Amino acid sequence: MSRVDQAEAAVKFMEDHVHEERLDKILWTARMRRDQAALQVPEWEELRDLASQIKEHTLSNLAHYLEEFEKNAKANGVTVHWARDAHEHNEVVYRLLSEKRVTTLVKSKSMLTEECETRPFLETRGIRVTETDLGERIQQLDDQPPSHITGPAIHKTTEDVADLFSRVYGSDKTKADAVYLANVMRENTRPEFLKAGAGMTGGNFLVASTGAVVTVTNEGNADLSGNVPLLRICSVGIEKIIPADEHLAVFIRLLTRSATGEKITQFTSTFRKPRKDGEMHIILVDNGRSARLGMERFWPSLKCIRCAACMNTCPVYRRSGGLSYGSNYMGPIGIILMPTFDAHKYSELPFSSTLNGSCTNVCPVKIDIHEQIYAWREVMEDKDQIKIVKKEAMIVAGKVLSSPQLYQIATSSTETALKILPHFAIYNPLNYWGKHRDVPQAAEETFHEWYKNHRLKANEVLGL
Amino acid sequence: MTARENILQNIRTNQPASRKLPAVPKFHSDKVLDLPQLFVQSLKKMAGDGVPDYPADLDAFLRDRFPTAKRFCSAVSEYKGTCTPADFPVWADAADIDVTVVRSPLGVAETGSVLLSEREFQVNPVGFLAHDVVVLLDPKDIVENIHDAYAHPYFQETGYCLLMTGPSGSADIGAVTVHPAQASMTLTVLFAPRS
Repeated sequence: MSRVDQAEAAVKFMEDHVHEERLDKILWTARMRRDQAALQVPEWEELRDLASQIKEHTLSNLAHYLEEFEKNAKANGVTVHWARDAHEHNEVVYRLLSEKRVTTLVKSKSMLTEECETRPFLETRGIRVTETDLGERIQQLDDQPPSHITGPAIHKTTEDVADLFSRVYGSDKTKADAVYLANVMRENTRPEFLKAGAGMTGGNFLVASTGAVVTVTNEGNADLSGNVPLLRICSVGIEKIIPADEHLAVFIRLLTRSATGEKITQFTSTFRKPRKDGEMHIILVDNGRSARLGMERFWPSLKCIRCAACMNTCPVYRRSGGLSYGSNYMGPIGIILMPTFDAHKYSELPFSSTLNGSCTNVCPVKIDIHEQIYAWREVMEDKDQIKIVKKEAMIVAGKVLSSPQLYQIATSSTETALKILPHFAIYNPLNYWGKHRDVPQAAEETFHEWYKNHRLKANEVLGL
Repeated sequence: MTARENILQNIRTNQPASRKLPAVPKFHSDKVLDLPQLFVQSLKKMAGDGVPDYPADLDAFLRDRFPTAKRFCSAVSEYKGTCTPADFPVWADAADIDVTVVRSPLGVAETGSVLLSEREFQVNPVGFLAHDVVVLLDPKDIVENIHDAYAHPYFQETGYCLLMTGPSGSADIGAVTVHPAQASMTLTVLFAPRS
């Protein structure tokens, strides 16, 4: 499997400037709205602490809570399935559909089913799958994966969607208007709900004490998928479990505020039993999670509640777009999750970060994201997964930065070189920094030179 | 070994040393709060409409508010409507409803949410396949925050319940929230003391 080159893919996304600038603007707006929402809750930091502690408690007693959940879900009349990996999960879904001779499935957004590649698995077996989340549907129609956890098509402009819908639905291409386009989607997707043989949802939380699956959506599409067809399938990762409803309240207060700055989503729904005359199946999916639980440095990444706050604040993500990560999970959380699936393929991702720590600061469950990113760089070094050029550059940088004399010589000579070298020499093929950026103008003097000329002289005058 | 046994065994082998489960406070405000007023403000931010004054004639109020509506589905005793949830044995047929009227047992001031379940809906999709939803709520049933809300017995007793907070919407196009999404186009919450 070849390595994902996030930097190269980001360059392509940034080519027209329009998408980069727009994405940066809307995600930073979401980040500021998150800050405002947090400021309005006096106990915000206490809630973050509680959320982190609840998740750590649950993950450190995960087997117990999964068994409790299973017992209660079964008592509610739900059939519980277990899947070791993506293939087992997809096989269970297909078997359930086949047994009922179902050929049409409406599906609400689920990162887990993206991870399992469930839709292509089913489609190649003759199941017609309709994504019902607007953003996810846009991506399905454009044959692209989601580019953001909560806003799958957030990298697209309204004009992009108008163009897509005109090609697929025959709508007016010149009407780049969100209300018009959302109506086009409504008219085309609602009939799918009404005739579907089965509905499929993910789950934001599993509540052990009640056997409930909890979903949060703004569109109500999980409620429609889960209530209109007779067969309901919920696929949920095993790490989504929490002990009881009192704990759920903590996460509900944090989740949407962290994601968009709203206090809650329009539909915060609890599914415990099959609908009248229907069946409900819950598939508990491992797919690498139990192994991750044993990674001493990385198991806290399992606390993630998929709010995407880390993505909204990340300067790299905001400018390069989610598709550039070439992975199911993107942005800072993707950087620390994806290498657990394939260390070679995603070996470059830990370097797509400035390590500024903003992701950690906004994480509602206090995952030390930027420190884990750094730790993954160390893992890649240990596993010999770093490209030769990058490795050599880091060895040189390490030597220079650890020696004051070498550092002073390097900065002084670089400043001189920048002043005298011609453009082609500065922007040579080995200058990765200058490949897509202007090299900063050379300063008149280095800091050390300035210090010598000013502070040391001043100190001499003062007799210090 | 079954998948279940395999997964649980891996978890038991790998799970870190047990951490303590913290107690969760209710986080009630020290101030005396006007919960109905806060509820209306919160709901408005989510594009829902809170109506504090119960109309003398509910039927006239609804016809005035939804002038083009023809099919009014009543899931409450105080209003007759043109049909009831029992008229939709095939649940998908609820898509033909223009307006559903239903009562909520609980409102949440913090968020502007109303709690609804299979007990109120009887046929669940009447609550979100209808074009417009009107919820009757006794202002005495409004609690301060989400912690209070999740103490409600519905979360332990019902097969399906939801906190509905405004009409269905989406910000997936242009990051602008719009309200023609998949489910109901409007949500009106009418303060109506229980008789």
